[in-house]
Amino acid sequence: MDQGFFLLFATVSVIAALMVVVARNPVHSALALMACFLQISAIFVLLGAPLLAVIQIFVYVGAIMVLFLFVIMMIDVREAVLQRFLPGGNLPALVLLVLLGIEMLALVLRSHRFSVTGPVVMRGGDEIRQLSTTLFADYLLPFEVASVILLAALIGAIVLARKESG
Amino acid sequence: MVPLWWYILLAVVLFVIGAAGVLLRRNILIVLMSLELLLNSVNINFIAFGRQYGDFRGQIFAIFVIAITAAEVAVALGILVALVRNKSTLKVDDVTMMKG
Repeated sequence: MDQGFFLLFATVSVIAALMVVVARNPVHSALALMACFLQISAIFVLLGAPLLAVIQIFVYVGAIMVLFLFVIMMIDVREAVLQRFLPGGNLPALVLLVLLGIEMLALVLRSHRFSVTGPVVMRGGDEIRQLSTTLFADYLLPFEVASVILLAALIGAIVLARKESG
Repeated sequence: MVPLWWYILLAVVLFVIGAAGVLLRRNILIVLMSLELLLNSVNINFIAFGRQYGDFRGQIFAIFVIAITAAEVAVALGILVALVRNKSTLKVDDVTMMKG
């Protein structure tokens, strides 16, 4: 049951990711990326992380993809649409990619460390409570640093996207 | 129960596809989207290993990755808008303003 769902989500997410790279129109690319993120959030649910799935949908599908679509509609994409994508255009990068993929696949498939034990059971039921306790007790400083980084990015984006006033 | 290496395999495939998008496409928007794909495959790895070892730190680091990604996308799209306003191009190869 779980495995069937995983195979379904994984197949759809890989197809959507391929469409992100291959599509000529950036709008199609953004929509395929949105589908891919939805599948990945379903995979998070399978992994027993429902909070992460909700955050994924809110942040990626709700905020980041809307931002992408706004920017795509704001700027003119006609010349980008006309540009054709040919995969053999950049041969060294292609060779590098093939080497990277073969190496990673060999590392994962030839190592027996990933399949020896089943997953460790979490300590008791209330997982989100424990997760947030760990987040706000042990990782409080990185959390605050992340919020400061978000504030800096907000101000930076406003300053960058503002029209030059002289 | 889905074995761990299925998740890692999925993350590898998504990572290679995202790297292909970053390296092969010449459109800045699609390069940014492929960057999102890379970060998501890393998140899958974090959460899968976190579940495997019964540790919450995988999920916590995934939360941090998502937050930093949001910041990165905001700044990158701001730079993109400023760039299009100044040079009116979307191709990576045309952006050589900072080349020495």
